[in-house]
Amino acid sequence: MAFSHAIVEKNAFVLIAATFAVLSIGGAVEIIPLFTIHTTVEAVKGVRPYSPLELIGRDIYIREGCYLCHSQQIRSLRDEVERYGHYSLAAESMYDHPFQWGSKRIGPDVARVGGKYSNDWQYAHLKNPQALVPESLMPKFSFLAETKLDYSDIEMKLKVQRLLGTPYTDEDIANARKDIEAQADASVDATALLKRYPKAVEASGKTGSVTEMDALVAYLQVLGTMVNFADTSEEQLKQ
Amino acid sequence: MALKIEKDALTGVESTGHSWDGIQELNNPLPTWWLFIWGVCILVALVQFVLYPSFPGLRTYWHGTTNYSSRVDAIKAVDEIQASHAQYVTKIAAMPITEIPKNKELYDYALLSGKVTFANNCQPCHGVAGSGRPGFPVLASDAWLWGGTLDALQQTITYGIRSGHPQARDSQMPRFGADGILTPAQINTVAEYVEFLEGKPRKGADLVAAKQLFMDNCSACHSPEGNGNRDVGAPRYHDRVFLYGPDYDSVVRQVTNPRMGVMPAWTYRLDTPTIKSVALYVHSLGGGE
Repeated sequence: MAFSHAIVEKNAFVLIAATFAVLSIGGAVEIIPLFTIHTTVEAVKGVRPYSPLELIGRDIYIREGCYLCHSQQIRSLRDEVERYGHYSLAAESMYDHPFQWGSKRIGPDVARVGGKYSNDWQYAHLKNPQALVPESLMPKFSFLAETKLDYSDIEMKLKVQRLLGTPYTDEDIANARKDIEAQADASVDATALLKRYPKAVEASGKTGSVTEMDALVAYLQVLGTMVNFADTSEEQLKQ
Repeated sequence: MALKIEKDALTGVESTGHSWDGIQELNNPLPTWWLFIWGVCILVALVQFVLYPSFPGLRTYWHGTTNYSSRVDAIKAVDEIQASHAQYVTKIAAMPITEIPKNKELYDYALLSGKVTFANNCQPCHGVAGSGRPGFPVLASDAWLWGGTLDALQQTITYGIRSGHPQARDSQMPRFGADGILTPAQINTVAEYVEFLEGKPRKGADLVAAKQLFMDNCSACHSPEGNGNRDVGAPRYHDRVFLYGPDYDSVVRQVTNPRMGVMPAWTYRLDTPTIKSVALYVHSLGGGE
């Protein structure tokens, strides 16, 4: 018999070499595709980094475990496209660190929830979902509306995102605080914010203070709205 | 542990030479049927590797000999289902909305289609069958802020209310309290007059002064008799349907710092025949004009 388990089992170096060979196949299969990842990101227009308020809202979304029930991925299946809208593109989550894809649908998918409901609804629903949707089993998040938003480290957050590959400019970082205040306070002029972050939705639940719920609503209201599919050709959707 | 390979006395199978606390591991071969299925699985995987998109290259990836794409499949499936509805949808698209109820077959289709679309898109705010929620209008009654005719409903659904769309229904109630247009005492007085217009006057209220305040500040939109004005979405007080509450405190709150509802422009999400179907469904809920 040419090969016997006994050879591997009795020689530590053969065992190490064989283990390494097998593991490197697994590693190669996972790592090599990453070198060509740009070929899977569609050439669509409109996807921009999150505004500072949206970015914090996203952190709150993750902190509160929203992803445990809500995915952000409309799969390329007829029923999903009919219910939620255009299937999700890789480009739409290219600035997501980490992405929120998934198929766990205890609650509905939120990949295109932006603009589907009014701000009023988002605030009222987050505070008490059952008041609007009696059969809902979503927990109440009213405390977010009472919690002042801590954005003292927003510059650092943007810098970390930049380190991960999100193209925030120095100007974006320098204006981060102003942008948060412009987006979370209806009385502050938002022209500069909208120039940097088109389609950003103002979210101001309470006058005079920026709450965590403002950030979460700002984030929810931009989901899936960045790409204008009416202006997108099939060529651009190719991977 | 001993490394002596020996035949197991009971079964006649060779041991692996491993023994733990006297328990020996036998070197039984894997069942042939199992090995066969395992081999077939590997073969099937290899075939699929060739047929379907499977591995990245330097410039692009291996598209597979079938050139399969789940995206193309999904769009094809959507197109197919839409084609099967086309006999109704094209007619609904071409017909003025007021003509549709005269064609029973089309009307039945539109109501069903409208109901499904309503459940997905409208129900979270307006409740099951348009029953309404605090702050979100009931659609099953004949109290309409912006009009309850088929045309008015189609207009509202298409462009929304204060949605930012240039053709959206829009109006702004002044912030009488927050901007200091009226003093808190004056707001209380106005609220008493609103109670009077609602048909439940407060005892001892000074209606003469209240009426004057109402005429000066409110009647332009809400009309002197409190009948409202659908051009600006001003509610009618007599109908006893209230968006933000009928009681005195709610009225004071609303006059002080008004809440104004926003409805999205559905033209961004739904096509015209679907919007017409939803309008027909809403119209059929009980309050259609």
